[in-house]
Amino acid sequence: MNRSSIDLWVGVFVVAGIAGLLFLALKVGNLATFSNSQVYQVQAKFANIGGLKARAPVKSAGVVVGRVADIRFDNESYEAIVSINIDYNYQFPRDTTAKILTSGILGEQYLGLEAGGDGVMLKNGDRLRLTQSAVVLENLISQFLFSKAAEGKPEAKESGK
Amino acid sequence: MRVADVRARLERLGTGVTFHVLRLGFASRFLGHLVLHSGTALRRFRLTTAEIYFAGVLSLIIILVSGLFVGMVLALQGYDTLQRFGASESLGVLVALSLVRELGPVVAGLLFASRAGSAITAEIGLMKATEQLSAMEMMAVDPIARVVAPRFWGGVLSMPLLAALFSAMGIFGGYLVGVQLIGVDAGAFWSQMQAAVDVRNDILNGVIKSAVFGVAVTWIAVFEGYDAPPTAEGVSRATTRTVVTSSLAILALDFVLTALMFTGGTHQ
Repeated sequence: MNRSSIDLWVGVFVVAGIAGLLFLALKVGNLATFSNSQVYQVQAKFANIGGLKARAPVKSAGVVVGRVADIRFDNESYEAIVSINIDYNYQFPRDTTAKILTSGILGEQYLGLEAGGDGVMLKNGDRLRLTQSAVVLENLISQFLFSKAAEGKPEAKESGK
Repeated sequence: MRVADVRARLERLGTGVTFHVLRLGFASRFLGHLVLHSGTALRRFRLTTAEIYFAGVLSLIIILVSGLFVGMVLALQGYDTLQRFGASESLGVLVALSLVRELGPVVAGLLFASRAGSAITAEIGLMKATEQLSAMEMMAVDPIARVVAPRFWGGVLSMPLLAALFSAMGIFGGYLVGVQLIGVDAGAFWSQMQAAVDVRNDILNGVIKSAVFGVAVTWIAVFEGYDAPPTAEGVSRATTRTVVTSSLAILALDFVLTALMFTGGTHQ
């Protein structure tokens, strides 16, 4: 086999390999989503973030509008500070509520935004005032048990009479 | 058991250990010499191109076909398990993550070791047995720079590309079986995959893995060829050793790299 046809085949091989890498990066990975669009960052304080992770989706009405950029612990208020990157195409009022929700029963946790009624829109660096923490299963169970116990008391007295 | 018998065994054990440590030292010195003298291989890039042709282009068919079938089998098996939990939409995630993180680099590396590594060892070993390497030295041509280095760099450059093609083909195979044959929703297949696969954590780490495997396999292949006893039996043993050693090296390195890359750190 002569040299130019070897070069040709090596060229085809390198192009195919790079095409494979690009396919992996763009079609399989999520490089294309939100990487070329402008974002603005807002922060929210939560008493408990549950299992929320960095890069978790931020959804409003079920549509992904951004991603969680960073999660830190505030040493003064002992709360979690979550930084959120929101796509510039989606503008939210200043009194938007942020909730930590779970997709399905066993699904991963995401951040849900519920728009308020304020006329002023959120800007880069703003802080969301209204937040709702993740539901902790242990707290839920203990609440349920306490309320059951409170319900049970009068009945127990009645039956004791 | 007599004392002399025990002593003979201990001596054999000691010789064996010393021999292997010595060989490892020689192999490391060989790699250093190879990297330092690879100027010729990079300046006269035609030499390296020809080796990329032999190591990479000629391995394409086995890599592409194996990738396709591995992806198809993953989709079949994965669907069977996932649908028991009602999570058959996650098939894309399962296929993509297992290929990009593990199967792509590892299986492509094993195939590369047996397809290209053995050929490199046999070629260099035969060159040594027929005294072509000595003839080069007589002509003041460094055989490491002229023969070994182009083969080394050809293999090192081919391996990541082959692994990427293996993963891409496997995901395509998974798509064929999962979406076209079984009927998983195409939108869920791709979108869940895109949400779960991270470019830096998964794809870049897979590429790094395959590059490390490429260095390990080609290093072992060129060293075994260069170090082979110049007889027919010696070359055949060296070829076998290349496949066995590089397969074990790939699996051991894979464990270490996985432990470094995918545990801790990535999960906050």
